[in-house]
Amino acid sequence: MADVKQTKIDLNNLKAGGFIKERGKDLFTVRLRVPGGRMSVPRLKKIAEVAEKFGGEFVHLSVRQSIELININFKDFDAVVEELGEKSQKVASCGARVRVPVACGGCEYNPNGLVDTQKSALEVDEKLFGTPTGHHKFKVAFAGCPFDCPKSSTNDVGFSGAIEPVLDKATCISCGLCVKSCVPKALVMGEDNKPVLTAEKCIWCGDCVKVCPTEAWSVKKKGYTVRIGGKWGRNPLVGTLFATFLPEDKAVEFIAAVLEWYKQKAEGLGRIRLGDTIIKEGPDALLNHLRSQFPDYTVAKTIAPQIIQTQVGMN
Amino acid sequence: MQTIDLRGVSCPTNFVKAKLALEDLDDGMIAQILLDDGEPVKNVPRSLKADGHKLLGLTQTEEGYYILELKKIEE
Ligand code: SF4
Ligand code: SF4
Ligand code: SF4
Repeated sequence: MADVKQTKIDLNNLKAGGFIKERGKDLFTVRLRVPGGRMSVPRLKKIAEVAEKFGGEFVHLSVRQSIELININFKDFDAVVEELGEKSQKVASCGARVRVPVACGGCEYNPNGLVDTQKSALEVDEKLFGTPTGHHKFKVAFAGCPFDCPKSSTNDVGFSGAIEPVLDKATCISCGLCVKSCVPKALVMGEDNKPVLTAEKCIWCGDCVKVCPTEAWSVKKKGYTVRIGGKWGRNPLVGTLFATFLPEDKAVEFIAAVLEWYKQKAEGLGRIRLGDTIIKEGPDALLNHLRSQFPDYTVAKTIAPQIIQTQVGMN
Repeated sequence: MQTIDLRGVSCPTNFVKAKLALEDLDDGMIAQILLDDGEPVKNVPRSLKADGHKLLGLTQTEEGYYILELKKIEE
């Protein structure tokens, strides 16, 4: 016998591994993970080659930034995985697992970005991707600033970059640019012709810092605003506030703590998402759990994930 | 002083026009840039600051548009 090395196809692992059954006989979609939506140009070329060789006439870009190879015959699985180089391009997960994190371009080239969302997405992908939750899927998203283009609050854990501004009155030349730039109207000109901040109205966007010509405004604190319990689908929920100014390098640890609580509390509840578990247990249960590990960043109180009325079906 | 009138020009064309107009000025010269209220007055000053110019002040006129005063800084 020639020593032909044949990779076995484990049919049970297929879905978990990002192989999704299509309508046609023998055909599958292969979902490739693209954490944060960033892909090197050589990798993109390689994927195009593989798609041309084994797939249909197009690829599909999933709503969560993955590239999906369409019309892959299951007999070609081994060859596809081999040619893509399994190690550097793992297929993306489906099922009750931590999914590939999505992220906007972040601060590297986007003028609004306050934090390095790409770095965070890569870290989460590396450390937590594919972790089984035991209950349901688990999605994470990173936005570079409070404008939240990636809709982070519709994820199980959603992060958006934030800064707290602080004013050095002596450096201020009373130009008024910051007041004009502050869309939430958290700034007004005071009697001394220097801006006055109403903290409750501030969304931590940093626009005042970015426009101030004299650096009178500067960054006091920087990190992530963290909302938990969001999801979309049949019964959408918007996640609510659990932490503020969480340092970027604590994101992985924080998600792990949320996962720990979710695994424990959802025991026996079947296929339930994190947001519904929070509604069932009450938001304080999760908040207290997080406070024990992240006392400096958790908020004093919060509310349960907010139900979105879709007006179709019985909610 | 040079006046650059960007009223009626929308983002990001106004910023690109400002950049082109500023190219003709010498380092350290002062320019007045006329901007509409709304997106232009919110976006253009910040982008010009990011390009390295020195913003000097902003005044609202009776007609409702804004005058941004700026000092050209050559990189
Ligand atoms: S969330 Fe902010 S940083 Fe990210 S793409 Fe939107 S505006 Fe840019
Ligand atoms: S951070 Fe944003 S919301 Fe807060 S004062 Fe500055 S411009 Fe206004
Ligand atoms: S932008 Fe800076 S210098 Fe101008 S009023 Fe605001 S704090 Fe003062």
